[in-house]
Amino acid sequence: MHMADALISPTVGGAMWVVTAGLTAYSAGKLKENIDDSRVPLMGVLGAFIFAAQMINFSIPGTGSSGHLGGGMILAILLGPHAAFLTMASILTVQALFFADGGLLALGCNIFNLGFFPCFLAYPFIYRKIVGERPTPRRILVGSLVAAILGLQMGAFGVVLETLFSGISELPFGAFLLLMQPIHLAIGVVEGLVTAAVVTFVWKARPEIMETAIAPRAIKAFSMRKVLGGLLVITVLTGGVLSWFASTNPDGLEWSMFRTSGKEELEAPQKGVHALLAALQEKIAFLPDYSFRKSAKEEPEKAGEAQTRGKSTKEESWPAVSVGTSLSGLIGGLMTLIIAGFIGFGLRKYQGRKR
Amino acid sequence: MSHHIIEVKDLQYTYPDGTPALRGVSFLLTHGETVALVGANGAGKSTLLLHLNGCLIPQAGMVRIGDFPLTRKTLPHVRRTVGMVFQDPDDQLFMPVVYDDVAFGPLNLGLPQEDVEERVMNALSIVGATHLKDRPPYRLSGGEKRSVAIASVLSMAPSILVMDEPTASLDPKARRQLIHLLKTFTHTIIIATHDLDMVLDLCARTIVLKEGQVLADGPTWEILQNEELLDSGHLEKPLRLQGCPRCGGERECP
Amino acid sequence: MANIESSFLDVSYLDTLSYQTTIIHRLDPRIKLITTLFFIATVLSFGKYEIAGLIPFVIYPVVLIALGNLPIAYLLKKVLVAAPFAFFVGIFNPLMDRAVLVQLGPLELSGGWVSFASIMIRFILTVTAALILIASTGFNSVCMALEKMGAPKSLAVQLLLLYRYLFVLGDEASRLTRARSLRTFESRGLGFKVFTNMIGQLLLRTLDRAKRVHLAMRCRGFDGEIRVSRPLKIGGRDLGFMLGWSGLFVLMRLYPIPQWMGGMVAELLK
Repeated sequence: MHMADALISPTVGGAMWVVTAGLTAYSAGKLKENIDDSRVPLMGVLGAFIFAAQMINFSIPGTGSSGHLGGGMILAILLGPHAAFLTMASILTVQALFFADGGLLALGCNIFNLGFFPCFLAYPFIYRKIVGERPTPRRILVGSLVAAILGLQMGAFGVVLETLFSGISELPFGAFLLLMQPIHLAIGVVEGLVTAAVVTFVWKARPEIMETAIAPRAIKAFSMRKVLGGLLVITVLTGGVLSWFASTNPDGLEWSMFRTSGKEELEAPQKGVHALLAALQEKIAFLPDYSFRKSAKEEPEKAGEAQTRGKSTKEESWPAVSVGTSLSGLIGGLMTLIIAGFIGFGLRKYQGRKR
Repeated sequence: MSHHIIEVKDLQYTYPDGTPALRGVSFLLTHGETVALVGANGAGKSTLLLHLNGCLIPQAGMVRIGDFPLTRKTLPHVRRTVGMVFQDPDDQLFMPVVYDDVAFGPLNLGLPQEDVEERVMNALSIVGATHLKDRPPYRLSGGEKRSVAIASVLSMAPSILVMDEPTASLDPKARRQLIHLLKTFTHTIIIATHDLDMVLDLCARTIVLKEGQVLADGPTWEILQNEELLDSGHLEKPLRLQGCPRCGGERECP
Repeated sequence: MANIESSFLDVSYLDTLSYQTTIIHRLDPRIKLITTLFFIATVLSFGKYEIAGLIPFVIYPVVLIALGNLPIAYLLKKVLVAAPFAFFVGIFNPLMDRAVLVQLGPLELSGGWVSFASIMIRFILTVTAALILIASTGFNSVCMALEKMGAPKSLAVQLLLLYRYLFVLGDEASRLTRARSLRTFESRGLGFKVFTNMIGQLLLRTLDRAKRVHLAMRCRGFDGEIRVSRPLKIGGRDLGFMLGWSGLFVLMRLYPIPQWMGGMVAELLK
């Protein structure tokens, strides 16, 4: 599932952009090291293949819905992690630009969620470990299934974390997690089965293709610790810089973290299995009882918040205007819209006359 | 101008899975000849073509382009001398717009910007496609794609042109235009095709391949009249040489 | 992506739009890319209860759509098609956040509804901006811009090739599905087995095609690097576009224009 621009804050989006840019540069560098120029067209054409393959779907028995290929896992199997990551990045870029899947600022998040996890974690540490050097259909099936499921679970978790840190959505961490993970379990099973079936098909029809793909190439030179270490440093640095920048603005990363942690303390003071079960029960029945209680509790907090927000606006260099609290905001907004409409209409008329 | 010569001597090639594709093919092409390479599907035409510009290196036997035998060392020279037009223009036109595609070869030759520009425009004007230069390949018709594919090879100024099924999937008019275009070329040309009517128009000489060997090599007119030979090569007399469809007679119906 | 076949048509329609020569289309792609990103970042930097402050930002898409001669109804339709994820995550806000934030006479609006509206406005603004970028610039130029701005070359080349073969393989896939649907009855034949065979076939063909493309590249002196010659030049007009808009975005971010206007009207009514 694609992260959307509307749900992330510039801080999170920017940090993930930097991380993804780093990963892209790293992958491009690795690709340059082991020169094999047949890779260049192969990556491009396989990227287009993933799109084309998504046009073909199959009916999932008993559900009335249909499934199709997602792509990350099969690319990693055919191309190896670095080339697959770049290919995935370009697929997601095209989707962001043409299909409005995700968005430009969320692109960093999406490439990370759907590219990094399957290519750099699920493929080398799960698929390769299970399938080994001598593949059998069964190993391919188990490997693809487990790798696809876990890869997508990690991706879904990424979406949840990014949403949480952005603080735009009100969905509490636990509820969102309970919503996302099972959906992606189902998607992962479909993805794994399709990947396994297609890989087995190719492996049976043209074993030589799979052999070149399976040959241990870049994997050995690939130091996970270095990459993860680098990632951590980049994330902390950019996160730090951006949130320092955003701290003039009460809606930045820190504010949202403060909010969630504050909520957590209010809601779950007890610990242990009992609390977990209670929380689970609460979440399963999270409407309407849950929100009623919460809103009651939050009311004073919110009021205080609005006050601080109102106060802080005067001092801050980037005043976050507490709008909507008065009628004038609404009227003004409406007027702005009308004026914008007139400007557009006028420009188009002008354009038309020039032609 | 000896670099317009192609010599193939006892060329053999077996695919990695053990299928023999070429089993001792020999011929000599001299400057300015236009030669047709015909034969059934799987007779070895495409494999032979792939040897002519070094996409495949001979396993046994020899290919000589101009003064150089084809080896890994002479590959850059051979690729500059021999221009290959692939069967599916979609394989050949891989760049975002026509101009970039035609410039791809010259840029790889390391030519300066002005020369590249000149070559590109020159090649495009030869095939009559200058107006297409800013179009992306997926917005071209079949005939336009074919013209541009030829231009993308011409821009490298090859002495020899190798074409795989140039008239495949063209509409009759585009096909006719292509034949007219090819007639104006002074290159040494070798065309692999099933379009025997085009062969009749373009090629003075025809080589028939069968099961990886040369079945016949001679003047097109003689070969295309020899029904026994054509039949054994899984071919058929060009329609124009067959009798009138209404009365079966040799001449046109009155 | 429910109906991918129509998505392909969309790609080719957006592609067609980008071949116009309006004043917007002629701007340097880098300038448009940077301005778009700055627009999105500014819009998203607002607090989550912000509505009125976001509205003036409508001016950017409105002006570009008008000057770029882009079909507004089509773009809006595309925005709607993409809405579900933002909508479904956003719709929880009204359920979770019920504290009253806005009082309009007898009408009480909870914080959740306000932030939900804010999410949807953000969504419309950012998605429209991205669509305008592609419809007024074209994908290839965006790739060139990325490369000129320091993206790894292999990524740029990969994007260009992917876009090139999107159409070729899309055709192939739709031929396959058409062939299947002509011979399936009552969803027999739409199952998993047939599906994987089709995908497998398509993949084999794709791999063969990649091999042929590689051959075609090698035949023309390909050595692992793709050289694209496309001089890009940033002129005064481009700089004016970028600086003008960015300045306006900052102003709109800093000053509550609708608030002022509303205030003035309220004064007048009194």
